[in-house]
Amino acid sequence: MAVQPRTRRETWRLLFLLSPSLFWLIVFFFIPLLLVFAMSFGQRGTYGGVRWHLNLENYARLFDPLYLRIFWRTFRIALTTTLLCLLIGYPLAYFIATRPVRWRSSLVLLLMIPFWTNFLVRTYAWLVILRDQGLINTLWTGPIHAFLLQVAEAVPLPFWSSLVQATAQPLPLFGTDLAIIIGLVYGWLPDMVLPTYAAIERLDRSLIEAAQDLYANRLQTFLRVILPLTMPGIVAGSVLVFIPSLGAYITPDLLGGARSIMIGNVIYAQFMSARDYPFGSATSFVLMAVMVVGTLIYFRMGGGEVEV
Amino acid sequence: MSEYAVELEEVSKHFGPVVAVDRVSLTIRDGEFFSLLGPSGCGKTTTLRLIAGFEIPTEGTVYIEGKPQGETPPYRRPVNTVFQNYALFPHMTVYQNVAFGLEMRKVPKREIRQRVLEALEMVRLPGMEDRRPNQLSGGQQQRVALARALVNRPKVLLLDEPLGALDLKLRKAMQLELKALQHRVGITFIYVTHDQEEALTMSDRIAVMNEGRVLQVGTPQEIYERPANRFVADFIGETNFLPGQVVEATGEQVVVLVDGQMPIRVPAVEAVTTGRWVTIAVRPEKIALHAQPPDPQAISGEVEEVIYGGTDTRYQVRLTPETVITVRQQNAQVGEAVVFPVGSRVYLSWPPEAARLLTE
Repeated sequence: MAVQPRTRRETWRLLFLLSPSLFWLIVFFFIPLLLVFAMSFGQRGTYGGVRWHLNLENYARLFDPLYLRIFWRTFRIALTTTLLCLLIGYPLAYFIATRPVRWRSSLVLLLMIPFWTNFLVRTYAWLVILRDQGLINTLWTGPIHAFLLQVAEAVPLPFWSSLVQATAQPLPLFGTDLAIIIGLVYGWLPDMVLPTYAAIERLDRSLIEAAQDLYANRLQTFLRVILPLTMPGIVAGSVLVFIPSLGAYITPDLLGGARSIMIGNVIYAQFMSARDYPFGSATSFVLMAVMVVGTLIYFRMGGGEVEV
Repeated sequence: MSEYAVELEEVSKHFGPVVAVDRVSLTIRDGEFFSLLGPSGCGKTTTLRLIAGFEIPTEGTVYIEGKPQGETPPYRRPVNTVFQNYALFPHMTVYQNVAFGLEMRKVPKREIRQRVLEALEMVRLPGMEDRRPNQLSGGQQQRVALARALVNRPKVLLLDEPLGALDLKLRKAMQLELKALQHRVGITFIYVTHDQEEALTMSDRIAVMNEGRVLQVGTPQEIYERPANRFVADFIGETNFLPGQVVEATGEQVVVLVDGQMPIRVPAVEAVTTGRWVTIAVRPEKIALHAQPPDPQAISGEVEEVIYGGTDTRYQVRLTPETVITVRQQNAQVGEAVVFPVGSRVYLSWPPEAARLLTE
């Protein structure tokens, strides 16, 4: 509902009340954004810095297959992360939302506690788990290998020997897209659980009973009633996971290898090592445009349908 | 096939230490309008949910059309429910709401269309198919909920305080409409309400419940005229209770001494012995007031309050220092009725069978 200020005085009062946030947004968001936008049409100076020589070369460069591939990989990883978060987060949210009221806030708290630890530290923890000498691979090449070796001696089959040989090698986890996805899913799971939890908790229980009363079995009840009515939560959660995953930088930097960099790493490299500010700016802007367009399409698809 | 649409056999439901329904046995006939009446928390809604299958009995058996239901889930029971808050699907149109049950049972599309339109016609909501529930008034939502259940042609329709959210006038209108509808479709209705007037108006039979137990089952008239105990007498309509001790019990008549000073004659219901403490129950509208004693044994009192209420006038009459009795006189005459002013002496009389002796 739009509030129409009736008099000039009210308009001024409104502006006065909004002034702190307006000031903040203009000085720390809008002006820097404008600077980056302007920079993206410039040229890299010989010793860093920007030469204000307006051209579209930076944007043209992004069509290089090298960068297109990175964009595509980034998109794929972010999408996989979002889907996995949804598959893990929705049932978890459903479980929490259907517990007795006195348990719910404690369960949500339990979910949040790990995320009060520094993000960098938590990502390092995954490095310790996933790397070649890490937790998983120590078990894989140690006890599991030893066990299969014993079985192989007892049952001499050709199939076994190849399996045993495979377990002698560490699993290629670290430095892969999989490692990045694991890190991202872990990092953004609460952002999926919280909005879906809120949507499921708000859901009127009697609607589920009404569906069952009208001959819908559990699956039909879920597909026809629960899912559509919790769609706003799913849409919100997916956007909250997808956007930061697209711009992820720390996770691919720590868990990904040289071959699985994401667009966030490209931008970082332009600003911090290549000192090509204009190209970094152009990349940022394209990423931002992709996010805005993607979110709009997504809301149009999922969000427009539901009006409760 | 059983002659009963629904039978409950010693059904109990416990929620942890709480006994919501306590060894309830009921038989509900085919085509009957049966009400479960009682105050909130008496177990009436739980009883309904046990029939619908939303709850499974801790003990006892629910039969629908003679078949024991055991743990049959709600979607496999031949009953449909009209929920208290209607529980219409907010993301579906009126048409989709009503069609839901038929779609789930894989009824052909053309038949669905025909039956949905018929059902909407029946509840007098034609032309509303494309509206969303939130675009409808409370009364219209109520009708959609009814259509959504009836369209499935269930054997038994369960209604959980369906008129509770409507305003008085609409509720009265819907009561009559529901009753007429039930007559027309011939489906067994099991109706949960805490409104005694509603139950009396609509039901063929009523089960009065309190604290998880059924206290009395009978026609509205039986329940009103011959309440089985003090709770039923108090809950249904208005009743004066006069506690006293039996001083004389000779066959047909019992004399009860109220407040140790006022003997009242009551027909004996069961064997009562002299000396026993009992309660006499008399409905206010059964009592007549007189300026002169109608018979030598008539009890008398002093008018303490006169409340004019349109169709009737209520008197508070003090019989003894401890006991005040309520009397309702119909204002049947045109113009000014005979009014007994405050402070005047009046004599009371009632037909002998109007007073009930409650022995518990």
